[in-house]
Amino acid sequence: MAVVKLKAKVEMSKHVDAHAAPAVEAGAAAAVQKNLPLLPRYAPQLLAALRYVVPPALGLVLFVLLWAQISTLSGLPGPVKTWDSAQQVFGNPFYQNGPNDQGIGWNVLHSLARVAIGFGLAALIGIPFGFMIGRFTFLNRMSAPIISLLRPVSPLAWLPIGLYVFKEAQPAAIWVIFISSIWPMIINTAVGVTRVPQDYLNVARVLRLNEWKVFSKILFPAVLPYMLTGVRLSIGVAWLVIVAAEMLTGGVGLGFWVWDEWNNLNVEHIIIAIFVVGIVGLLLEQALVLVAKRFEYQG
Amino acid sequence: MEQRYVLLENVQKVFDTRSGRFVALRDVNLAVRQGEFVSIIGHSGCGKSTLLNLISGLTESSGGVLVCAGREIAGPGPDRSVVFQNHSLLPWMTCFENVYLAVERVFKSQEAKADLQRRTHEALELVGLVHAAHKYPHEISGGMKQRVGIARALSMQPKVLLLDEPLGALDALTRAHLQDEILRIVAATGCTTIMVTHDVDEAVLLSDRIVMMTNGPAATIGQILDIDLPRPRQRLELLQDPRYLCLRGEVLRFLYERQDRAA
Repeated sequence: MAVVKLKAKVEMSKHVDAHAAPAVEAGAAAAVQKNLPLLPRYAPQLLAALRYVVPPALGLVLFVLLWAQISTLSGLPGPVKTWDSAQQVFGNPFYQNGPNDQGIGWNVLHSLARVAIGFGLAALIGIPFGFMIGRFTFLNRMSAPIISLLRPVSPLAWLPIGLYVFKEAQPAAIWVIFISSIWPMIINTAVGVTRVPQDYLNVARVLRLNEWKVFSKILFPAVLPYMLTGVRLSIGVAWLVIVAAEMLTGGVGLGFWVWDEWNNLNVEHIIIAIFVVGIVGLLLEQALVLVAKRFEYQG
Repeated sequence: MEQRYVLLENVQKVFDTRSGRFVALRDVNLAVRQGEFVSIIGHSGCGKSTLLNLISGLTESSGGVLVCAGREIAGPGPDRSVVFQNHSLLPWMTCFENVYLAVERVFKSQEAKADLQRRTHEALELVGLVHAAHKYPHEISGGMKQRVGIARALSMQPKVLLLDEPLGALDALTRAHLQDEILRIVAATGCTTIMVTHDVDEAVLLSDRIVMMTNGPAATIGQILDIDLPRPRQRLELLQDPRYLCLRGEVLRFLYERQDRAA
């Protein structure tokens, strides 16, 4: 919650900064000339900023009200009770009372570490593989049936396979992240490679560039935006799956925490966990959107 | 001067399409002198771009012989550089880097980095774009992009410069401006040039000879017209030159009387 509000504030201030500067000068000039009162000079900017801030704020308020209403009807912890509990949880995020009782900070970090390893391995294998099947039609046709067959499989169906092969919960959870987040990266990279404009490849042919130059100067930059879309989808999937995987495998992590608190019937903590999962997912997504913007090009 | 610098003998191109064999070009015979400017003109679909692609090597011929500077044409190469219709600059590189990529490819084995940069600079100077060297393609106008394309092609010091409707996508004023520019550049470099165009004035203004194509399918060269107007040529002076009007009329007659087609 706090983070969401903070983000809204940042957006608001950005907006004001971007649009206010020239208008303020003009407004100042006008004020000198006509000696207008201070307030109306900023009124248009204020209104514009409000237009960006009011709807999300209203949405959040309505959401909290609805939540409060539902909580009185169903007995779920309401916003106030959850807020109190959250203050305790976040008051000491890095305590350690043995393996099954650790602070929220540790849980988030452990989950992130698992996602990073599983997702990193998937990127390491999926992206080069995507390049290859995009570049070589034979390989594409060869792998197409396997990809179409395996891609729709529910991530958790892979868990028993992982447990059987690795005999341990930790690598099995990473395996689930790996297998479920690899597909968007393979597919988007491959699509990106096939969409590289023929003109660019003709340039490469006329210059008779070697394979490495073709890759580094033409293929890679052209495919990068597609690849990053794949990466963004993948990290979304990985973060979706981690909670479910940890619920089943245990160990420190958000999923395990949710399950543990369910066993303790500490529903406030479950609700807090849901918010934490949502916010971390949002931050991951936004970080990758920023990275993708950095590498966008205009054709 | 080599009389048969670029030589095409009985060239044909057949495409295998889903509805069977499609003969695009047949019996194309042409010899281009070294330093000559030849335009290929014809209605759309007459295979003029296909012919250029055969010379560039981007498309493989189905029969006949293609020779450039005494060597058979087998695949594309930097000795026959192409200016593409849609500029084909790489959008993630600046103008300088786009040209440098070509320079580096051709001269890296013989020259130091400073020389390569000097060549790139000179190529951009030739098209009058030094001031935009560090801009990205999306930051400059269509005409400027095409000039960078020309700079890239010329920077490789090609044996033959191939222009594939280089000004087709530009507005009339920019187009006229760039025609003058090409006129100047060709005079300065003396590069053998083959240009595909569908603009009659452009062809007459720039060329030493105009190759007029019959309509496809199975298109071939219908007539070759010598443009014996003296150089340097001035656009406005030519407009009052009866020889210019006569040559222009001859191309138009070929296109609209002998090869007229319902659009």
